[in-house]
Amino acid sequence: MALERYTREAYGNALLQLGRENEDIVVLDADLSRSTMTRIFAMEFPHRFFDCGIAEQNMMGIAAGLAASGKTVFASTFAVFASSRCYDQVRMSIAQPRQNVKIVPSHGGITVGEDGFSHHSIEDLALMCSFPNFTVIVPADAVEAAQAVRAAANTYGPFYIRLCRPKTPLILGEDYRFIIGKAATLREGKDVTIIACGLMVARALQAAHNLIRDGIDCRVVNMSTLKPLDEDVIVKAAKETGAILTAEEHLQHGGLGSRVSQVVARYHPVPMSFLAIRDFYSPSGKPEELMERHGLTVEGIEQAVRSLISRKP
Amino acid sequence: MPSKKRRTIRANPSASAAKARAEATSSQAIAKPLTVEALKERAKKLRRHIIAMTARAGSGHPGGSLSSAEIITALYFNFLRHDPRDPRWPDRDRFVLSKGHAAPLLYAALAETGYFPVEELLTLRKLDSRMQGHTDMTTTPGVEMSAGSLGQGLSFSIGIALAARLDRRDYRVYVLLGDGECDEGQVWEAAMAASHYKVDNLVAIVDRNQQQIDGWTYDVMDTEPLAEKWRSFGWHTIEVDGHELAQILAALDEAKQVKGRPTAIIAHTTKGKGVSFMENNPEFHGRAPTPEEAERALKELE
Repeated sequence: MALERYTREAYGNALLQLGRENEDIVVLDADLSRSTMTRIFAMEFPHRFFDCGIAEQNMMGIAAGLAASGKTVFASTFAVFASSRCYDQVRMSIAQPRQNVKIVPSHGGITVGEDGFSHHSIEDLALMCSFPNFTVIVPADAVEAAQAVRAAANTYGPFYIRLCRPKTPLILGEDYRFIIGKAATLREGKDVTIIACGLMVARALQAAHNLIRDGIDCRVVNMSTLKPLDEDVIVKAAKETGAILTAEEHLQHGGLGSRVSQVVARYHPVPMSFLAIRDFYSPSGKPEELMERHGLTVEGIEQAVRSLISRKP
Repeated sequence: MPSKKRRTIRANPSASAAKARAEATSSQAIAKPLTVEALKERAKKLRRHIIAMTARAGSGHPGGSLSSAEIITALYFNFLRHDPRDPRWPDRDRFVLSKGHAAPLLYAALAETGYFPVEELLTLRKLDSRMQGHTDMTTTPGVEMSAGSLGQGLSFSIGIALAARLDRRDYRVYVLLGDGECDEGQVWEAAMAASHYKVDNLVAIVDRNQQQIDGWTYDVMDTEPLAEKWRSFGWHTIEVDGHELAQILAALDEAKQVKGRPTAIIAHTTKGKGVSFMENNPEFHGRAPTPEEAERALKELE
């Protein structure tokens, strides 16, 4: 069993470290600082932490104003509220003026589980990728989350870094180096490429391992930056493996699958398959029950790979 | 505290820059305040620009620009600490136009105070002009915020005001909202937050012209009792005649003395003020005068 860690805890700790190094780091939250773990920062820097209450739209405006005055601002809440609740505020005040605001929500996807559809964030990547000027990142584990947060703090401009509620397996070693806009090929392979993000990366690695039994040699790519997309890695995968499966904890449209398919269609069309949340709102349930319902499991990936391989010319 | 450096900046702004700044602004408030009579002329001039700009563009929002003319005049010609040659001066007072459709008025004031040539005003709404239909902070010198989607300027202004506190700077933040804009829920989220954070370097001015696109605010969405709303949200609230420059200036002065809470100035105005056939005529919220109408309007504003 691999070690498991919270990406949001990695975020809180990274913020604390950044706060100690840089007095211009300011953190905002919307009454969820215990869940998003911005509280770790707030405890040490109360004067640089503002709880905006349950008012996400106002929070995004305040974040923009602070950023316009030279601050590096982190704003956190749940992903569903950070994206759809205040879409226009982010568009007007952060995206168009390219403000130095890092929106780092927790509770992305359906692994929020029992809270139900109101809290499931299944459209957020589509919404955030739709903004010009935004960089959108979905870290695969706590190691990458910490590095992505640091990279965002050190890079001017708006970011969206989606974290999740449950602990996720540690799959990247401490020697891993996250670079904005660069995908990491975690496993070489020649028959098919699985391009995944977030907690689907660990599952993709496990599926690739299992598929050796069937004589299938999978490449696994961690596409943690959805925007800007690492087109070179995608084109290379299309050319060298001839088939691409995407896997994401997000609706099929507008997220990783959509974005990768645009690159494939444009530069080197090959058979593709898209493992994603299906086009309906999910009920309450245990996170793993919901993931199973949408086929976002190791077995689901294996099955999708087998059927994709059968479509290779 | 790492803020030592910043404190120095505030206490001893580079002497030569300060001197140059004082010279450059000699025609303005800090060095030599204009008389109310002189300010009235400035307001009239801004109104003429608004008519000329929107008429030339063939579209735009003259009504809400005309109603705020004295407010903007008081701020830009007699009150704000600003330097048109250095629009990003960190210690400048900020003016945030939340009612972004009054862009023609703001552009006119920025041009008349020297941020860019007055001739540029007539490029309003033309392709690639710096005079965008609604304010765009990435395009126009002196524009602090991209606006046009209403209800967002107060939140943004709180962020700027809090940054002043963190950086120990003494600039102040002025934000102009429309009364119709106060329909937006975000305004009240922000009103609550400003008072909660006790930002006393923030002044919200509400242009209470009583009209919005679909008609009188009483009919469309009644915001009364407006002043009481701001008071109940914890704001020091002042009501003035928004066309009386002396009253506006007195309220701005009063706001400076208020500690521990933000100030709201409800400025009672007339939409379309200054042009007889535009006054209280909701049609001119978002319609430009025709060339003939513009000619008549400019005659009235001579």
